[in-house]
Amino acid sequence: MNPAVLRPEHRLIADWIADGARVLDLGCGDGAFLAELQRDKGVSGYGIEIDPDNIVACIERGVNVIQANLDQGLSGFDEDSFDYVVMTQTVQAMRFPHLLLDEILRIGREGIVTFPNMGHWKCRLQFARGRMPVTRHLPQTWYDTPNIHMCTLDDFEDLCASRDIAVIERAIVDSQHRAVIGMQLLPNLLAEIAIYRIRQRR
Amino acid sequence: MTEPNPESSVGLVTPSIEHFEQAIELDCGVTLDAYDICFETYGTLNAARDNAVLVCHALSGDHHAAGYHSPEDRKPGWWDNCIGPGKPIDTDRFFVVCPNNLGGCGGSTGPLAVRPGTGKRFGPDFPIVTVRDWVASQARLADRLGIDTWAAVIGGSLGGMQVLQWAIDFPARVRHAVVIAAAPRLSTQNIAFNEIARQAIRSDPNFHDGHYYEHDVVPEHGLKLARMVGHITYLSDDVLHTKFGRELRAGKINFGFGVEFEIESYLRYQGESFVGRFDANTYLLMTKSLDYFDPAQAHDGDLTRAVSGCKARFLVVSFSSDWRFSPARSREIVRALLDCDRDVSYVDIESDLGHDSFLLPIPQYHKVLASYFRRIEVQA
Repeated sequence: MNPAVLRPEHRLIADWIADGARVLDLGCGDGAFLAELQRDKGVSGYGIEIDPDNIVACIERGVNVIQANLDQGLSGFDEDSFDYVVMTQTVQAMRFPHLLLDEILRIGREGIVTFPNMGHWKCRLQFARGRMPVTRHLPQTWYDTPNIHMCTLDDFEDLCASRDIAVIERAIVDSQHRAVIGMQLLPNLLAEIAIYRIRQRR
Repeated sequence: MTEPNPESSVGLVTPSIEHFEQAIELDCGVTLDAYDICFETYGTLNAARDNAVLVCHALSGDHHAAGYHSPEDRKPGWWDNCIGPGKPIDTDRFFVVCPNNLGGCGGSTGPLAVRPGTGKRFGPDFPIVTVRDWVASQARLADRLGIDTWAAVIGGSLGGMQVLQWAIDFPARVRHAVVIAAAPRLSTQNIAFNEIARQAIRSDPNFHDGHYYEHDVVPEHGLKLARMVGHITYLSDDVLHTKFGRELRAGKINFGFGVEFEIESYLRYQGESFVGRFDANTYLLMTKSLDYFDPAQAHDGDLTRAVSGCKARFLVVSFSSDWRFSPARSREIVRALLDCDRDVSYVDIESDLGHDSFLLPIPQYHKVLASYFRRIEVQA
Protein backbone atom coordinates (compact mmCIF):
# COMPACT_ATOMS: atom_id res chain seq x y z
CA MET A 1 0.00 0.00 0.00
CA ASN A 2 1.37 3.36 -0.99
CA PRO A 3 1.78 5.62 2.06
CA ALA A 4 1.88 8.73 -0.12
CA VAL A 5 -1.65 7.92 -1.29
CA LEU A 6 -2.82 7.15 2.23
CA ARG A 7 -1.44 10.23 3.90
CA PRO A 8 -4.38 12.68 3.51
CA GLU A 9 -6.82 9.97 4.53
CA HIS A 10 -4.72 9.34 7.60
CA ARG A 11 -4.73 13.03 8.45
CA LEU A 12 -8.51 12.93 8.55
CA ILE A 13 -8.43 9.89 10.83
CA ALA A 14 -5.83 11.51 13.08
CA ASP A 15 -8.32 14.30 13.80
CA TRP A 16 -10.68 11.73 15.28
CA ILE A 17 -8.07 10.25 17.61
CA ALA A 18 -7.69 11.68 21.09
CA ASP A 19 -4.28 12.57 22.49
CA GLY A 20 -2.55 9.82 24.41
CA ALA A 21 -4.99 7.16 23.17
CA ARG A 22 -4.14 3.48 22.74
CA VAL A 23 -4.31 2.59 19.08
CA LEU A 24 -4.15 -0.70 17.21
CA ASP A 25 -3.49 -0.30 13.47
CA LEU A 26 -4.54 -3.37 11.50
CA GLY A 27 -2.52 -3.71 8.32
CA CYS A 28 -0.23 -0.88 9.45
CA GLY A 29 1.97 -0.99 6.35
CA ASP A 30 5.35 0.63 6.90
CA GLY A 31 4.23 2.09 10.22
CA ALA A 32 4.36 5.72 9.04
CA PHE A 33 0.88 6.51 10.34
CA LEU A 34 1.51 5.06 13.80
CA ALA A 35 4.87 6.80 13.99
CA GLU A 36 3.13 10.08 13.20
CA LEU A 37 0.44 9.47 15.81
CA GLN A 38 3.11 8.63 18.38
CA ARG A 39 4.95 11.84 17.60
CA ASP A 40 2.02 14.25 17.21
CA LYS A 41 -0.55 12.81 19.56
CA GLY A 42 1.49 10.82 22.04
CA VAL A 43 -0.52 7.69 21.36
CA SER A 44 0.76 4.24 22.28
CA GLY A 45 -0.06 1.02 20.56
CA TYR A 46 0.82 -1.57 18.01
CA GLY A 47 0.61 -2.22 14.33
CA ILE A 48 -0.35 -5.56 12.85
CA GLU A 49 1.29 -6.43 9.57
CA ILE A 50 2.01 -9.51 7.49
CA ASP A 51 4.36 -8.23 4.76
CA PRO A 52 8.04 -8.89 5.67
CA ASP A 53 9.37 -5.65 4.14
CA ASN A 54 6.74 -3.57 5.90
CA ILE A 55 7.60 -5.26 9.19
CA VAL A 56 11.25 -4.28 8.80
CA ALA A 57 10.15 -0.72 7.94
CA CYS A 58 8.05 -0.57 11.14
CA ILE A 59 10.98 -1.76 13.23
CA GLU A 60 13.20 0.86 11.60
CA ARG A 61 10.71 3.52 12.64
CA GLY A 62 10.56 2.22 16.19
CA VAL A 63 6.90 1.25 15.85
CA ASN A 64 5.70 -1.79 17.80
CA VAL A 65 4.68 -4.26 15.11
CA ILE A 66 3.15 -7.69 15.56
CA GLN A 67 3.35 -10.07 12.64
CA ALA A 68 -0.02 -11.72 12.23
CA ASN A 69 -2.54 -12.79 9.64
CA LEU A 70 -5.73 -10.79 10.23
CA ASP A 71 -7.73 -13.57 8.61
CA GLN A 72 -6.86 -15.70 11.63
CA GLY A 73 -8.56 -13.30 14.02
CA LEU A 74 -7.23 -11.23 16.88
CA SER A 75 -7.48 -13.71 19.72
CA GLY A 76 -4.18 -12.43 21.12
CA PHE A 77 -5.89 -9.25 22.25
CA ASP A 78 -8.21 -8.78 25.19
CA GLU A 79 -11.63 -7.17 25.13
CA ASP A 80 -11.62 -3.37 25.10
CA SER A 81 -7.85 -3.17 25.25
CA PHE A 82 -7.64 -0.27 22.77
CA ASP A 83 -9.32 3.11 22.46
CA TYR A 84 -9.24 2.85 18.67
CA VAL A 85 -8.71 0.00 16.28
CA VAL A 86 -7.87 1.44 12.88
CA MET A 87 -8.05 -0.44 9.60
CA THR A 88 -7.35 1.51 6.44
CA GLN A 89 -8.23 0.01 3.06
CA THR A 90 -7.83 -3.52 4.33
CA VAL A 91 -11.36 -4.71 5.11
CA GLN A 92 -12.04 -5.45 1.45
CA ALA A 93 -9.08 -7.84 1.29
CA MET A 94 -10.21 -9.92 4.27
CA ARG A 95 -11.64 -13.38 3.98
CA PHE A 96 -14.40 -12.67 6.52
CA PRO A 97 -14.86 -8.90 6.81
CA HIS A 98 -17.95 -9.23 9.01
CA LEU A 99 -16.14 -11.39 11.56
CA LEU A 100 -13.18 -9.05 11.59
CA LEU A 101 -15.51 -6.11 12.25
CA ASP A 102 -16.81 -7.97 15.28
CA GLU A 103 -13.24 -8.56 16.43
CA ILE A 104 -12.34 -4.89 15.95
CA LEU A 105 -15.21 -3.82 18.16
CA ARG A 106 -14.48 -6.53 20.71
CA ILE A 107 -10.95 -5.33 21.38
CA GLY A 108 -11.47 -1.61 20.63
CA ARG A 109 -13.90 0.87 22.12
CA GLU A 110 -14.15 2.38 18.65
CA GLY A 111 -13.24 1.22 15.18
CA ILE A 112 -12.08 3.41 12.32
CA VAL A 113 -12.45 1.63 9.00
CA THR A 114 -11.77 2.91 5.51
CA PHE A 115 -12.38 1.24 2.18
CA PRO A 116 -12.66 2.08 -1.52
CA ASN A 117 -16.30 2.62 -2.50
CA MET A 118 -17.47 0.24 -5.20
CA GLY A 119 -20.54 2.44 -5.68
CA HIS A 120 -18.45 5.33 -7.06
CA TRP A 121 -19.67 6.46 -10.47
CA LYS A 122 -16.43 5.42 -12.17
CA CYS A 123 -16.94 1.86 -10.99
CA ARG A 124 -20.59 1.94 -12.01
CA LEU A 125 -19.62 3.16 -15.45
CA GLN A 126 -17.28 0.26 -15.95
CA PHE A 127 -19.90 -2.19 -14.71
CA ALA A 128 -22.36 -0.66 -17.16
CA ARG A 129 -19.89 -1.46 -19.93
CA GLY A 130 -19.82 -5.05 -18.72
CA ARG A 131 -16.38 -4.86 -17.04
CA MET A 132 -15.01 -5.29 -13.55
CA PRO A 133 -13.83 -1.86 -12.39
CA VAL A 134 -10.14 -0.96 -12.53
CA THR A 135 -9.50 2.46 -11.01
CA ARG A 136 -6.76 4.47 -9.37
CA HIS A 137 -7.72 2.98 -6.01
CA LEU A 138 -8.41 -0.46 -7.40
CA PRO A 139 -5.62 -0.85 -9.91
CA GLN A 140 -5.55 -4.66 -10.04
CA THR A 141 -7.53 -6.81 -12.44
CA TRP A 142 -10.14 -9.27 -11.21
CA TYR A 143 -7.81 -12.28 -11.21
CA ASP A 144 -4.87 -10.81 -9.28
CA THR A 145 -6.61 -8.41 -6.93
CA PRO A 146 -6.28 -8.91 -3.16
CA ASN A 147 -9.61 -7.08 -2.84
CA ILE A 148 -11.99 -9.99 -2.70
CA HIS A 149 -14.83 -8.39 -0.74
CA MET A 150 -15.67 -5.07 -2.32
CA CYS A 151 -18.69 -3.13 -1.13
CA THR A 152 -20.44 0.21 -1.44
CA LEU A 153 -21.25 2.69 1.33
CA ASP A 154 -24.81 1.41 1.45
CA ASP A 155 -23.66 -2.22 1.65
CA PHE A 156 -21.32 -1.39 4.52
CA GLU A 157 -23.99 0.49 6.43
CA ASP A 158 -26.41 -2.41 5.97
CA LEU A 159 -23.82 -4.75 7.45
CA CYS A 160 -23.30 -2.41 10.41
CA ALA A 161 -27.04 -2.25 11.04
CA SER A 162 -27.37 -6.02 10.93
CA ARG A 163 -24.60 -6.45 13.53
CA ASP A 164 -25.76 -3.73 15.89
CA ILE A 165 -22.86 -1.50 14.96
CA ALA A 166 -23.45 2.24 15.31
CA VAL A 167 -21.87 4.64 12.83
CA ILE A 168 -20.57 7.53 14.96
CA GLU A 169 -19.15 9.50 12.11
CA ARG A 170 -18.62 9.14 8.37
CA ALA A 171 -16.27 11.00 6.09
CA ILE A 172 -16.10 10.59 2.37
CA VAL A 173 -13.37 11.79 0.12
CA ASP A 174 -12.61 11.93 -3.56
CA SER A 175 -9.50 10.71 -5.29
CA GLN A 176 -7.54 13.71 -3.98
CA HIS A 177 -8.78 12.88 -0.48
CA ARG A 178 -10.72 16.12 -0.34
CA ALA A 179 -13.95 16.10 1.56
CA VAL A 180 -16.25 17.86 -0.87
CA ILE A 181 -19.50 19.30 0.46
CA GLY A 182 -21.60 18.32 -2.56
CA MET A 183 -20.63 14.76 -1.93
CA GLN A 184 -22.95 14.61 1.07
CA LEU A 185 -25.93 14.66 -1.28
CA LEU A 186 -24.93 11.60 -3.29
CA PRO A 187 -22.25 9.92 -1.17
CA ASN A 188 -22.62 6.45 -2.59
CA LEU A 189 -22.12 7.82 -6.09
CA LEU A 190 -19.37 10.37 -5.47
CA ALA A 191 -17.19 9.01 -2.65
CA GLU A 192 -14.05 7.21 -3.74
CA ILE A 193 -12.90 6.41 -0.23
CA ALA A 194 -15.23 5.94 2.72
CA ILE A 195 -14.04 6.52 6.28
CA TYR A 196 -16.21 5.24 9.09
CA ARG A 197 -15.98 5.65 12.82
CA ILE A 198 -17.99 2.85 14.41
CA ARG A 199 -18.92 1.49 17.80
CA GLN A 200 -20.70 -1.62 19.02
CA ARG A 201 -24.17 -0.99 20.47
CA ARG A 202 -24.24 -2.71 23.89
CA MET B 1 40.56 -23.17 7.27
CA THR B 2 38.21 -20.23 6.81
CA GLU B 3 40.23 -17.05 6.41
CA PRO B 4 39.03 -14.55 9.02
CA ASN B 5 37.59 -11.65 7.07
CA PRO B 6 39.01 -8.52 8.70
CA GLU B 7 36.19 -6.40 7.29
CA SER B 8 33.34 -8.12 9.06
CA SER B 9 34.97 -10.34 11.70
CA VAL B 10 35.89 -9.43 15.23
CA GLY B 11 39.12 -11.28 14.39
CA LEU B 12 41.20 -13.11 16.96
CA VAL B 13 39.71 -13.17 20.43
CA THR B 14 40.87 -14.45 23.80
CA PRO B 15 38.44 -15.59 26.48
CA SER B 16 38.67 -13.96 29.92
CA ILE B 17 37.90 -15.46 33.30
CA GLU B 18 36.44 -13.59 36.25
CA HIS B 19 36.76 -15.28 39.60
CA PHE B 20 34.01 -14.68 42.13
CA GLU B 21 34.65 -15.21 45.83
CA GLN B 22 31.07 -14.21 46.52
CA ALA B 23 28.95 -17.21 47.50
CA ILE B 24 25.92 -17.76 45.27
CA GLU B 25 22.87 -19.51 46.62
CA LEU B 26 21.33 -21.56 43.86
CA ASP B 27 17.65 -22.33 43.31
CA CYS B 28 18.25 -25.95 44.28
CA GLY B 29 19.33 -24.84 47.77
CA VAL B 30 23.04 -25.53 47.33
CA THR B 31 25.50 -22.67 47.80
CA LEU B 32 28.58 -22.35 45.62
CA ASP B 33 31.21 -20.55 47.70
CA ALA B 34 33.25 -19.42 44.74
CA TYR B 35 33.12 -19.81 40.99
CA ASP B 36 34.62 -18.69 37.72
CA ILE B 37 32.78 -17.19 34.79
CA CYS B 38 34.53 -17.53 31.46
CA PHE B 39 33.46 -15.00 28.84
CA GLU B 40 34.41 -13.18 25.68
CA THR B 41 33.84 -9.57 24.70
CA TYR B 42 33.79 -7.89 21.30
CA GLY B 43 33.84 -4.16 20.59
CA THR B 44 34.48 -1.41 23.11
CA LEU B 45 32.50 -0.27 26.12
CA ASN B 46 31.83 3.45 25.58
CA ALA B 47 32.40 6.17 28.18
CA ALA B 48 28.70 6.33 29.04
CA ARG B 49 28.72 2.53 29.52
CA ASP B 50 25.38 2.33 27.75
CA ASN B 51 26.32 0.23 24.71
CA ALA B 52 26.75 -3.21 26.30
CA VAL B 53 24.90 -6.17 24.81
CA LEU B 54 24.66 -9.49 26.64
CA VAL B 55 24.50 -12.58 24.43
CA CYS B 56 23.10 -15.66 26.20
CA HIS B 57 24.01 -19.04 24.78
CA ALA B 58 21.80 -22.06 24.22
CA LEU B 59 22.08 -25.68 25.35
CA SER B 60 25.28 -26.66 23.57
CA GLY B 61 26.75 -23.17 23.13
CA ASP B 62 29.48 -21.43 25.07
CA HIS B 63 31.22 -18.08 25.47
CA HIS B 64 32.87 -18.27 22.06
CA ALA B 65 30.21 -16.47 20.04
CA ALA B 66 32.31 -14.66 17.44
CA GLY B 67 35.77 -14.45 15.93
CA TYR B 68 38.59 -16.97 16.08
CA HIS B 69 40.80 -18.25 18.87
CA SER B 70 43.68 -18.87 16.49
CA PRO B 71 44.35 -18.32 12.79
CA GLU B 72 44.22 -22.11 12.39
CA ASP B 73 40.60 -22.37 13.63
CA ARG B 74 38.42 -24.06 11.07
CA LYS B 75 35.27 -22.38 12.34
CA PRO B 76 34.53 -19.05 14.03
CA GLY B 77 32.35 -18.65 17.16
CA TRP B 78 28.79 -19.98 17.07
CA TRP B 79 27.11 -16.67 16.19
CA ASP B 80 29.84 -15.11 14.10
CA ASN B 81 27.38 -14.43 11.26
CA CYS B 82 25.46 -12.06 13.54
CA ILE B 83 28.15 -10.39 15.66
CA GLY B 84 30.89 -8.23 14.16
CA PRO B 85 31.62 -4.91 12.45
CA GLY B 86 28.66 -4.03 10.25
CA LYS B 87 26.77 -7.18 11.26
CA PRO B 88 23.32 -7.12 12.91
CA ILE B 89 24.91 -6.87 16.37
CA ASP B 90 27.39 -4.27 15.19
CA THR B 91 30.59 -4.31 17.23
CA ASP B 92 31.45 -0.86 15.85
CA ARG B 93 28.59 0.42 18.01
CA PHE B 94 28.10 -2.16 20.71
CA PHE B 95 30.22 -3.81 23.37
CA VAL B 96 29.18 -7.44 23.27
CA VAL B 97 29.59 -9.80 26.24
CA CYS B 98 29.05 -13.54 25.97
CA PRO B 99 29.60 -15.66 29.09
CA ASN B 100 29.74 -19.43 29.44
CA ASN B 101 27.01 -20.41 31.87
CA LEU B 102 27.62 -21.93 35.29
CA GLY B 103 27.58 -25.70 34.98
CA GLY B 104 28.96 -25.39 31.45
CA CYS B 105 32.04 -27.06 30.07
CA GLY B 106 33.59 -24.10 28.27
CA GLY B 107 35.62 -22.67 31.13
CA SER B 108 33.08 -21.46 33.68
CA THR B 109 32.74 -23.49 36.85
CA GLY B 110 30.92 -26.74 36.08
CA PRO B 111 31.19 -30.50 36.43
CA LEU B 112 34.69 -30.44 34.89
CA ALA B 113 36.02 -28.05 37.54
CA VAL B 114 37.96 -29.32 40.50
CA ARG B 115 35.94 -29.17 43.67
CA PRO B 116 37.74 -27.08 46.28
CA GLY B 117 39.37 -29.16 48.99
CA THR B 118 38.82 -32.51 47.26
CA GLY B 119 41.28 -32.51 44.41
CA LYS B 120 38.55 -34.19 42.40
CA ARG B 121 36.22 -32.88 39.75
CA PHE B 122 32.65 -31.98 40.68
CA GLY B 123 31.31 -34.43 38.13
CA PRO B 124 27.75 -35.46 38.97
CA ASP B 125 27.92 -33.57 42.28
CA PHE B 126 27.79 -30.21 40.57
CA PRO B 127 24.47 -28.74 41.71
CA ILE B 128 21.63 -28.37 39.24
CA VAL B 129 21.57 -24.80 38.00
CA THR B 130 18.54 -22.94 36.70
CA VAL B 131 18.02 -20.12 34.25
CA ARG B 132 17.49 -17.82 37.26
CA ASP B 133 20.85 -18.87 38.69
CA TRP B 134 22.52 -18.09 35.39
CA VAL B 135 20.92 -14.67 35.22
CA ALA B 136 22.00 -13.94 38.80
CA SER B 137 25.58 -14.93 37.99
CA GLN B 138 25.54 -12.89 34.77
CA ALA B 139 24.34 -9.88 36.76
CA ARG B 140 27.39 -10.19 38.97
CA LEU B 141 29.57 -10.35 35.90
CA ALA B 142 27.87 -7.15 34.68
CA ASP B 143 28.68 -5.50 38.03
CA ARG B 144 32.27 -6.58 37.69
CA LEU B 145 32.48 -5.13 34.17
CA GLY B 146 30.94 -1.85 35.31
CA ILE B 147 27.77 -2.38 33.28
CA ASP B 148 24.78 -1.06 35.14
CA THR B 149 22.25 -1.44 32.33
CA TRP B 150 22.41 -3.57 29.21
CA ALA B 151 21.50 -1.82 25.98
CA ALA B 152 20.15 -5.23 25.03
CA VAL B 153 20.08 -8.80 26.22
CA ILE B 154 19.69 -11.27 23.35
CA GLY B 155 19.60 -15.03 22.91
CA GLY B 156 18.00 -17.90 21.03
CA SER B 157 16.36 -21.05 22.39
CA LEU B 158 17.59 -21.61 25.96
CA GLY B 159 19.38 -18.27 25.46
CA GLY B 160 16.03 -16.60 24.80
CA MET B 161 14.75 -17.99 28.09
CA GLN B 162 17.62 -16.26 29.89
CA VAL B 163 16.64 -13.01 28.15
CA LEU B 164 13.08 -13.32 29.44
CA GLN B 165 14.36 -14.11 32.94
CA TRP B 166 16.67 -11.08 32.83
CA ALA B 167 13.79 -8.76 31.92
CA ILE B 168 11.74 -10.22 34.79
CA ASP B 169 14.46 -10.36 37.48
CA PHE B 170 16.30 -7.13 36.66
CA PRO B 171 13.76 -4.86 34.92
CA ALA B 172 15.86 -1.74 35.46
CA ARG B 173 18.98 -3.28 33.98
CA VAL B 174 17.62 -4.28 30.55
CA ARG B 175 16.65 -1.67 27.95
CA HIS B 176 15.91 -4.12 25.13
CA ALA B 177 15.11 -7.82 25.38
CA VAL B 178 15.46 -9.87 22.20
CA VAL B 179 13.90 -13.31 22.68
CA ILE B 180 14.48 -15.64 19.75
CA ALA B 181 13.04 -19.12 19.08
CA ALA B 182 12.17 -19.58 22.75
CA ALA B 183 9.20 -20.64 24.86
CA PRO B 184 7.86 -19.49 28.23
CA ARG B 185 8.38 -23.06 29.44
CA LEU B 186 8.92 -26.50 27.92
CA SER B 187 6.06 -28.56 26.59
CA THR B 188 5.57 -32.12 27.80
CA GLN B 189 6.99 -33.29 24.49
CA ASN B 190 10.11 -31.14 24.97
CA ILE B 191 10.68 -32.70 28.40
CA ALA B 192 10.12 -36.14 26.93
CA PHE B 193 12.87 -35.61 24.37
CA ASN B 194 15.20 -34.34 27.09
CA GLU B 195 14.50 -37.42 29.16
CA ILE B 196 15.48 -39.68 26.26
CA ALA B 197 18.74 -37.75 25.97
CA ARG B 198 19.41 -38.09 29.70
CA GLN B 199 18.59 -41.79 29.76
CA ALA B 200 20.88 -42.36 26.79
CA ILE B 201 23.76 -40.81 28.74
CA ARG B 202 22.95 -42.30 32.12
CA SER B 203 22.52 -45.83 30.83
CA ASP B 204 25.88 -45.82 29.03
CA PRO B 205 28.13 -48.36 30.87
CA ASN B 206 30.90 -45.76 30.73
CA PHE B 207 28.84 -43.20 32.63
CA HIS B 208 29.75 -44.62 36.07
CA ASP B 209 27.07 -42.52 37.74
CA GLY B 210 28.76 -39.44 36.39
CA HIS B 211 32.22 -40.29 37.78
CA TYR B 212 33.55 -41.29 34.38
CA TYR B 213 36.53 -38.91 34.61
CA GLU B 214 37.98 -41.08 37.37
CA HIS B 215 37.74 -44.10 35.08
CA ASP B 216 39.37 -42.22 32.24
CA VAL B 217 36.44 -42.87 29.97
CA VAL B 218 33.61 -40.85 28.46
CA PRO B 219 30.00 -42.04 28.05
CA GLU B 220 30.60 -41.52 24.40
CA HIS B 221 27.81 -43.69 23.17
CA GLY B 222 25.14 -42.12 25.35
CA LEU B 223 26.21 -38.55 24.63
CA LYS B 224 26.23 -39.34 20.94
CA LEU B 225 22.68 -40.71 21.11
CA ALA B 226 21.57 -37.69 23.13
CA ARG B 227 22.93 -35.37 20.48
CA MET B 228 21.37 -37.40 17.68
CA VAL B 229 17.88 -37.20 19.15
CA GLY B 230 18.39 -33.53 19.99
CA HIS B 231 19.54 -32.81 16.48
CA ILE B 232 16.37 -34.22 14.96
CA THR B 233 14.34 -31.75 17.02
CA TYR B 234 16.51 -28.86 15.78
CA LEU B 235 15.68 -29.53 12.13
CA SER B 236 12.40 -29.67 10.29
CA ASP B 237 11.00 -32.67 8.45
CA ASP B 238 11.24 -30.63 5.23
CA VAL B 239 14.88 -29.75 5.60
CA LEU B 240 15.80 -33.34 6.43
CA HIS B 241 13.96 -34.42 3.32
CA THR B 242 15.60 -31.78 1.13
CA LYS B 243 19.09 -32.38 2.48
CA PHE B 244 19.09 -36.17 2.66
CA GLY B 245 15.85 -37.57 1.29
CA ARG B 246 16.08 -41.35 1.20
CA GLU B 247 19.50 -41.33 -0.44
CA LEU B 248 21.46 -44.52 0.12
CA ARG B 249 25.19 -44.38 0.69
CA ALA B 250 25.85 -47.54 -1.29
CA GLY B 251 23.20 -46.76 -3.86
CA LYS B 252 21.21 -49.84 -2.85
CA ILE B 253 19.63 -51.46 0.20
CA ASN B 254 21.96 -53.94 1.90
CA PHE B 255 19.55 -55.60 4.30
CA GLY B 256 21.79 -54.82 7.27
CA PHE B 257 22.17 -52.50 10.22
CA GLY B 258 25.17 -50.52 9.09
CA VAL B 259 24.87 -46.99 7.81
CA GLU B 260 22.60 -47.17 4.78
CA PHE B 261 20.63 -43.96 4.49
CA GLU B 262 22.48 -40.65 4.25
CA ILE B 263 20.50 -39.33 7.23
CA GLU B 264 21.95 -42.14 9.37
CA SER B 265 25.44 -41.17 8.38
CA TYR B 266 24.73 -37.49 9.07
CA LEU B 267 23.29 -38.15 12.54
CA ARG B 268 26.22 -40.37 13.49
CA TYR B 269 28.62 -37.68 12.35
CA GLN B 270 26.76 -35.02 14.38
CA GLY B 271 26.81 -37.28 17.43
CA GLU B 272 30.47 -38.16 17.13
CA SER B 273 31.71 -34.63 16.61
CA PHE B 274 29.73 -33.52 19.67
CA VAL B 275 31.36 -36.11 21.94
CA GLY B 276 34.75 -34.51 21.36
CA ARG B 277 33.65 -31.07 22.44
CA PHE B 278 30.99 -31.45 25.10
CA ASP B 279 30.80 -32.89 28.59
CA ALA B 280 28.05 -35.39 29.38
CA ASN B 281 27.42 -34.08 32.91
CA THR B 282 26.99 -30.57 31.53
CA TYR B 283 24.55 -31.88 28.95
CA LEU B 284 22.48 -33.42 31.76
CA LEU B 285 22.50 -30.14 33.69
CA MET B 286 21.51 -28.05 30.68
CA THR B 287 18.53 -30.26 29.87
CA LYS B 288 17.37 -30.00 33.49
CA SER B 289 17.68 -26.25 33.37
CA LEU B 290 15.45 -26.27 30.31
CA ASP B 291 12.90 -28.54 31.96
CA TYR B 292 12.68 -26.39 35.09
CA PHE B 293 12.38 -23.04 33.33
CA ASP B 294 8.94 -21.62 34.08
CA PRO B 295 8.88 -17.97 35.14
CA ALA B 296 5.09 -18.05 35.41
CA GLN B 297 5.23 -20.70 38.12
CA ALA B 298 5.89 -18.13 40.85
CA HIS B 299 2.69 -16.35 39.74
CA ASP B 300 0.24 -19.27 39.81
CA GLY B 301 1.11 -20.09 36.22
CA ASP B 302 0.13 -16.62 35.05
CA LEU B 303 2.77 -15.48 32.55
CA THR B 304 1.17 -12.05 32.22
CA ARG B 305 1.74 -11.38 35.90
CA ALA B 306 5.27 -12.74 35.61
CA VAL B 307 6.18 -10.19 32.93
CA SER B 308 4.08 -7.32 34.26
CA GLY B 309 7.05 -5.75 36.00
CA CYS B 310 9.28 -5.82 32.91
CA LYS B 311 10.44 -2.45 31.66
CA ALA B 312 12.42 -3.51 28.60
CA ARG B 313 11.20 -3.11 25.06
CA PHE B 314 10.86 -6.57 23.55
CA LEU B 315 11.55 -8.08 20.18
CA VAL B 316 10.26 -11.65 19.95
CA VAL B 317 11.28 -13.74 16.95
CA SER B 318 10.13 -17.22 15.90
CA PHE B 319 10.69 -19.39 12.83
CA SER B 320 7.84 -20.86 10.82
CA SER B 321 9.16 -24.44 10.68
CA ASP B 322 10.46 -24.60 14.27
CA TRP B 323 8.61 -27.44 15.98
CA ARG B 324 10.85 -27.63 19.03
CA PHE B 325 9.78 -24.14 20.17
CA SER B 326 7.07 -23.37 17.65
CA PRO B 327 5.85 -19.86 16.73
CA ALA B 328 2.82 -20.52 18.94
CA ARG B 329 5.16 -20.69 21.95
CA SER B 330 6.66 -17.31 21.07
CA ARG B 331 3.17 -15.90 20.70
CA GLU B 332 2.44 -16.95 24.29
CA ILE B 333 5.22 -14.60 25.37
CA VAL B 334 3.96 -11.85 23.06
CA ARG B 335 0.43 -12.22 24.35
CA ALA B 336 1.54 -11.91 27.97
CA LEU B 337 3.48 -8.74 27.11
CA LEU B 338 0.51 -7.31 25.20
CA ASP B 339 -1.76 -8.08 28.13
CA CYS B 340 0.28 -5.75 30.30
CA ASP B 341 0.90 -3.10 27.65
CA ARG B 342 4.63 -3.65 27.29
CA ASP B 343 6.42 -2.44 24.18
CA VAL B 344 6.80 -5.50 21.99
CA SER B 345 7.34 -6.36 18.36
CA TYR B 346 6.89 -9.90 17.09
CA VAL B 347 8.25 -11.38 13.88
CA ASP B 348 7.74 -14.90 12.56
CA ILE B 349 10.50 -15.60 10.05
CA GLU B 350 9.61 -17.80 7.09
CA SER B 351 12.18 -20.60 7.13
CA ASP B 352 12.17 -24.31 6.43
CA LEU B 353 15.30 -24.92 8.52
CA GLY B 354 13.56 -25.59 11.83
CA HIS B 355 14.77 -24.56 15.28
CA ASP B 356 18.36 -24.25 14.04
CA SER B 357 17.26 -21.20 12.02
CA PHE B 358 18.16 -18.93 14.91
CA LEU B 359 21.85 -19.63 14.29
CA LEU B 360 21.69 -19.12 10.54
CA PRO B 361 22.10 -15.97 8.45
CA ILE B 362 18.56 -15.95 7.04
CA PRO B 363 18.26 -12.59 5.22
CA GLN B 364 14.88 -11.48 6.63
CA TYR B 365 15.94 -12.54 10.15
CA HIS B 366 19.17 -10.58 10.02
CA LYS B 367 17.38 -7.59 8.46
CA VAL B 368 14.98 -7.55 11.41
CA LEU B 369 17.79 -7.83 13.97
CA ALA B 370 19.91 -5.18 12.22
CA SER B 371 16.97 -2.76 12.03
CA TYR B 372 16.12 -3.34 15.65
CA PHE B 373 19.67 -2.83 16.88
CA ARG B 374 20.10 0.33 14.76
CA ARG B 375 17.20 1.83 16.73
CA ILE B 376 18.85 1.18 20.08
CA GLU B 377 20.19 4.49 21.31
CA VAL B 378 23.76 4.61 22.56
CA GLN B 379 26.04 7.55 23.17
CA ALA B 380 28.89 8.01 20.75
